[in-house]
Amino acid sequence: MAECHPVGFQWVMEAKERGAVIIHVDPRFTRTSALADIHVPLRPGSDIAFLGGVVNYILEHERWFKEYVVEYTNAATLINPEFRDTEDLDGVFSGFDAHKHSYDVASWSYEGMELMSAAEDREGAAQAEHNTGEQAGSGGIALKHGEPPQDRTLQDPRCVLQLLRKHYRRYSPEFVEETCGVPKDLFLRVAQALCDNSGRERTSAFAYAVGWTQHTVGVQYIRTAAIIQSLLGNIGRPGGGIMALRGHASIQGSTDIPTLYNLLPGYLPMPHTEHYRGYQQYIEMNAAKTGFWGNAEAYFVSLMKAYWGEAATRDNDWCFSHLPRISGDHSAYTFTRGMFDGTVNGFFVLGENPAVGSSNGRFNREALAKLDWMVVRDFVEIETASFWKNAPEIATGELQTDKIPTEVFFMPAAAHTEKNGSFTNTQRLLQWHHAAVEPKGDCRSELWFMYHLGRIIKEKLRDSAEPRDQPIKDLTWSYPTDGDIAEPSAEAVLAEISGWAPGREYLKGYDTLKPDGSTVCGCWIYCGSYADGINQTARRKPRQQQSYVGGEWGWAWPDNRHMLYNRASADPDGKPWSERKRYVWWDERKGQWTGEDRPDFIIGRAPYYKPPQDARAQDAIGGAEPFIMQADGKAWLFVPDGIRDGPLPTHYEPRETPLANALYPAHVSNPVLQVIEHALDPFNHPRDKPAHDGAFPFVATTYRLTEHHTAGGMSRFVEYLSELQPEFFCEVSPELAALRGLTHKGWATIVSARAAIEARVMVTDRMRPLRAGGRTIHTVGLPYHWGQNGLSTGDSANDLFHLALDPNVHIQESKAATCDIRPGRRPRGPGLLALLEEYRHRAGIEPAVPAEVEVET
Amino acid sequence: MVPPATPASYYGRPVIKRPVWKWEIGAYFYTGGLAGGSMLLAAAARRQGRDTVARRALLTALAGVSVSPVLLIRDLGMPRRFYNMLRVFKVTSPMSVGTWILSGAGGFTGIAAACDVLGIMPRARDGAEVAAAALGAPLATYTAALLADTSVPVWRDAAVELPLVFAGTALATAGAASMVLNDPADSATARALAAGGALASVVGVQVMEQRLGDLAAPYHEEPWGLAAKVLNGAGAALTMLGGRRRALAVAGGAAILAGGAFERWSIFKAGVPSASDPDYTVAPQRERLEHFVGHRQAEELAPGGVS
Amino acid sequence: MTTVTIPTIISHDIDTRSHDADGTPRQMGFFTDTSICIGCKACEVACKESNQVPDDGLHWTGESYDNTSAIGCNSWRHVAFIEQTKPVQVPDEQGSGALRWLMASDVCKHCSNAACLDVCPTGALTRTEFGTVVVQEDVCNGCGYCVPACPFGVLDKREEDGRVWKCTLCYDRLKDDMEPACAQACPTKSIQFGELKQLRVIADERVRRLQSRGEEQAQLYLSDSTDGVGGGHAFFLLLDRPEVFGLPPDPVVTTRGLKTIWTSAGGAALTAVAAVALAYLRGRA
Repeated sequence: MAECHPVGFQWVMEAKERGAVIIHVDPRFTRTSALADIHVPLRPGSDIAFLGGVVNYILEHERWFKEYVVEYTNAATLINPEFRDTEDLDGVFSGFDAHKHSYDVASWSYEGMELMSAAEDREGAAQAEHNTGEQAGSGGIALKHGEPPQDRTLQDPRCVLQLLRKHYRRYSPEFVEETCGVPKDLFLRVAQALCDNSGRERTSAFAYAVGWTQHTVGVQYIRTAAIIQSLLGNIGRPGGGIMALRGHASIQGSTDIPTLYNLLPGYLPMPHTEHYRGYQQYIEMNAAKTGFWGNAEAYFVSLMKAYWGEAATRDNDWCFSHLPRISGDHSAYTFTRGMFDGTVNGFFVLGENPAVGSSNGRFNREALAKLDWMVVRDFVEIETASFWKNAPEIATGELQTDKIPTEVFFMPAAAHTEKNGSFTNTQRLLQWHHAAVEPKGDCRSELWFMYHLGRIIKEKLRDSAEPRDQPIKDLTWSYPTDGDIAEPSAEAVLAEISGWAPGREYLKGYDTLKPDGSTVCGCWIYCGSYADGINQTARRKPRQQQSYVGGEWGWAWPDNRHMLYNRASADPDGKPWSERKRYVWWDERKGQWTGEDRPDFIIGRAPYYKPPQDARAQDAIGGAEPFIMQADGKAWLFVPDGIRDGPLPTHYEPRETPLANALYPAHVSNPVLQVIEHALDPFNHPRDKPAHDGAFPFVATTYRLTEHHTAGGMSRFVEYLSELQPEFFCEVSPELAALRGLTHKGWATIVSARAAIEARVMVTDRMRPLRAGGRTIHTVGLPYHWGQNGLSTGDSANDLFHLALDPNVHIQESKAATCDIRPGRRPRGPGLLALLEEYRHRAGIEPAVPAEVEVET
Repeated sequence: MVPPATPASYYGRPVIKRPVWKWEIGAYFYTGGLAGGSMLLAAAARRQGRDTVARRALLTALAGVSVSPVLLIRDLGMPRRFYNMLRVFKVTSPMSVGTWILSGAGGFTGIAAACDVLGIMPRARDGAEVAAAALGAPLATYTAALLADTSVPVWRDAAVELPLVFAGTALATAGAASMVLNDPADSATARALAAGGALASVVGVQVMEQRLGDLAAPYHEEPWGLAAKVLNGAGAALTMLGGRRRALAVAGGAAILAGGAFERWSIFKAGVPSASDPDYTVAPQRERLEHFVGHRQAEELAPGGVS
Repeated sequence: MTTVTIPTIISHDIDTRSHDADGTPRQMGFFTDTSICIGCKACEVACKESNQVPDDGLHWTGESYDNTSAIGCNSWRHVAFIEQTKPVQVPDEQGSGALRWLMASDVCKHCSNAACLDVCPTGALTRTEFGTVVVQEDVCNGCGYCVPACPFGVLDKREEDGRVWKCTLCYDRLKDDMEPACAQACPTKSIQFGELKQLRVIADERVRRLQSRGEEQAQLYLSDSTDGVGGGHAFFLLLDRPEVFGLPPDPVVTTRGLKTIWTSAGGAALTAVAAVALAYLRGRA
């Protein structure tokens, strides 16, 4: 966190100064470790084993927060008798289809609770997809028949807590030591510190970044942390929670108002070609009967009114048919593969640099060479824009400039200092920034580009009679513009996102949205960010003049609630769990919730309210059910639906690993991980057959340095940043250096089945070999910022990595793979391919180089 | 591997900056010394009634003080701003003091030499000559103060010996120059100065190096110091033993002239290695601190009667 | 003596205005608390941006994460990185105990008795109304005397320009009651800017607190006005001996020896006169 979020890390330092214990779990000793109280080096890719060990410790030693767990989590809920755990089936859950490598999730349900889709859908596979993956943005399952059955004594072997005990029983401290390479005593210190610092009087927080997500079991990493925090009562309480640290400014914003293919604004699912017969069914399937998702129709209709204005009417289903449809997985690597297949012919690249930033750079760059056209908008000519002239594949002869058909349009972009707009940070806080200067030359904001592109397309289609052009013709597209460059007003966009009622009466919050077409709102969770016609995100009241929660600084979604599910900060009776940790509580005299923050609850819902049997939407939320977006109002220790690879996180090895799975020899890696199958993406070893003494005996992991920004577009072209980390280097332990003859400050070549890259060598004690699985595991650390362009240049670490993905969110596993490292620089030209071929031969991998490329041998 | 941070330094990097002065400053140390010594010699020769010797010494001094400002200005980062030195007089800055000494000595030498060559205003000439001589002595030694007033250990810690060494080489080179230029019959004073100055500088350097101890090591990195000692010793011997013979006087004078040059060059050059090695900076300071702390601890312990 | 309560490091509010209410300038300075430095180098970048300092070249050193190497004419802030494997005094033995990574942002010390200022022959180096030391770039003629004079190796000549450059403690910003760029950019408040006497109180409290937590090597550097440079307007809290960070352990302003220096030089000059007098007697016709 100190490395990649130095500004946010000030609060960690502040907490440390006030007595907090800072624990840093990372394979490397980083700038964060340097300031932490405890550094825990662990083997890359073994985090679920570590966190599962903590779960087991909590349960074994009865350290869980009993009242919180019983009341606020689904610990007492009974699960379908058909359910079988990985412990029963040697590494897979019930419903596993070994042929398709996927799960039928029906048996994971709450007892007696049928899933909406299970009842409606006839096709098993489509149903599995519906409940997960492409639709995962929507708010959990719908509960069809009221409250699920519970055993509040937690004794029933089918209740979640008992299933949890069984599932994690083998995650002992010894198992953690053996699997993660973390000494037992150190592990126990962490587990004890965490438990000692949780409960009524104290809370603990988790912060993570892509070190957790970029795995084939990335979602399950976060899930394990969620189980720990739920068991310890650390959710919805001050000082608790699980913080995702984002990689850029406003990454949170880009999921809220998404750049993701499967979501509409506010996590409404994108319609699928096959799953819905029409608007009514879309609403029925996505509006949970209970919880706040019960109002999904109001959110959706208001969005349609923002998109299509007057054209959207009840009679035409609010222009539901205008919306584009998805037909499956269209995530980044899948559509990149589509470039090879000819299904993707054009490509817009805005603020990304896939030639450097994506796994298996060669796969990405060669895909770009198949496009008809590509638009790159960036500050500088990044490697993605210049691949046609200087990609590494040109040097090896795999690509030839004059044979690349791709027409590249490079458009200079404006910086954030040159435009108005909001950033949404990881805590869902929207903060407005004002343009300081106008952009220079032809540089323009993304807003300018999209607005004028849309405007021109609309003009061109004005007279079109084609039905396919109707959605564009109907789009509301009137934003005031300003200045010589006709920059659209970002504030007008925010106003539309926040929404209004007839007569431009700006909405105060999402509970005012209506399903009758009278309200317009571009993103229901942002509703109220422009309340009273005032840009609420531009508020900057100093902290000295308000509550420590900072409710008058910027604006947090939803409804300016700074902490989600904060009803959990009070006990079931509505009293704070302790004076020290009071945050939101029930004021009996006023008959409403009150506190430091806006209560994330129905304001007048008394703690003792019990919903009637047939209650719907928020009316079905009991007074002691803080998790209002969940259909049962509870935190889920066990996830009955919404995740593709299991209701409980399970330790699997990465797709490429030097070790067998100590728990399940038959399933080394995630049995339902996603693979982008392509000739340019061979694996170092066959699935479920780890190779520890083969051609690729070491572990490779990537990361960022404080001094650079992701794929380097914003830093490698700036002298003040480039000089701070001027060259690509790898970090190795003295032991690995001795083993491979690497010299400090010399060069090394790092090889996988995908690529061979060179880097300067930094031999440092900050890298440590770990003992795991009965052998010594060496890790090669690789900052991934470099490419061919800019002031500071170098090979791209991501070229080494493969395209095995998390099945839920399609993210690549770039935090743990295998590699070899050898002293010296890599060969130039075709010699590089020969080296790769030699390695592939030794590893027994089928030749992957296209036949037309000559290889010198 | 990332080098272990030893207690003594940060990756062996210098604690202080290396002097950035170029060769011109080293050369100026020589021309300034030669000029200063020659001014003294000129006054002495005049009193002895050896007008030719005096004139040649004056002209030697004039040459020295004429070249010196050129060298100094050439070394400036912004030569056109040299006059900024003449707007200030600071006793804390030997360079400022030296600027005025050089200006004064140069001016008086110029007047004296002009009067002498043109044969006019003999009283003004004599007065200027005496004034130049009075400034010639500090001109010869202030450069030692200039070096000593830095953080470079090999200079700073030689504050006592350096001026004597510089005075020695100034007199030696002035005497040697006079020996070379004049009839041996007129050169008794010059010989005494040349031989005495040369020997004094050799002895001075020896004492300095001994007192500096480990800090003196930079003197032995390059051959200049050794060459200076040999040349000064040989020059002094030749002067004393055969200085009355013209050829040997010239040879001895040349040796001393070269010896003086090497001596000042060796001192000038030693600054860079001395500043570059952090040990030279840190070790004496650490020793001083520990001595001080030890001393203080002893004082603190004493009243308690702990033996 | 000013009393300050310090609830925490970051959220305590130091008055960063450089003038009193009546416009009287205050004695301002930096307190760099290296115990909370995270090595982000934001100070280096902010300094260069604000002062338009040129880049210092792209050289990968392999010296941990430090590629700036030293303070110089083109790097007025320098963050040192020191990887230590020696056992350090922390309660735990298996966690962070075996390895320590020190980071420290160095800067011109703005000595109360400043050698650079003393030896400058043109008056280009001056002491400002805030007690800081700046080079007037329109006066400096690049004589280079301050370079070896500085006991910390701060002053440095920019070859292509000819003049010396160093931290100005953002004199231009102080004029307008603004914080120096580095201090403002520092995310953890490792670099604190304020009135010197207030900073010294904070520092004393801070070092006591660290020592009581077992950081036995925690020490203040240049906070004492009786030290060899009269204390620095920039002073530091270090977790190891100064030389580990490339700082002199007991710096003394060069001009403290001025009396000896001038006495010696004067004595040598008189000796030279005496020697000439002797030689004169010997050579009398």
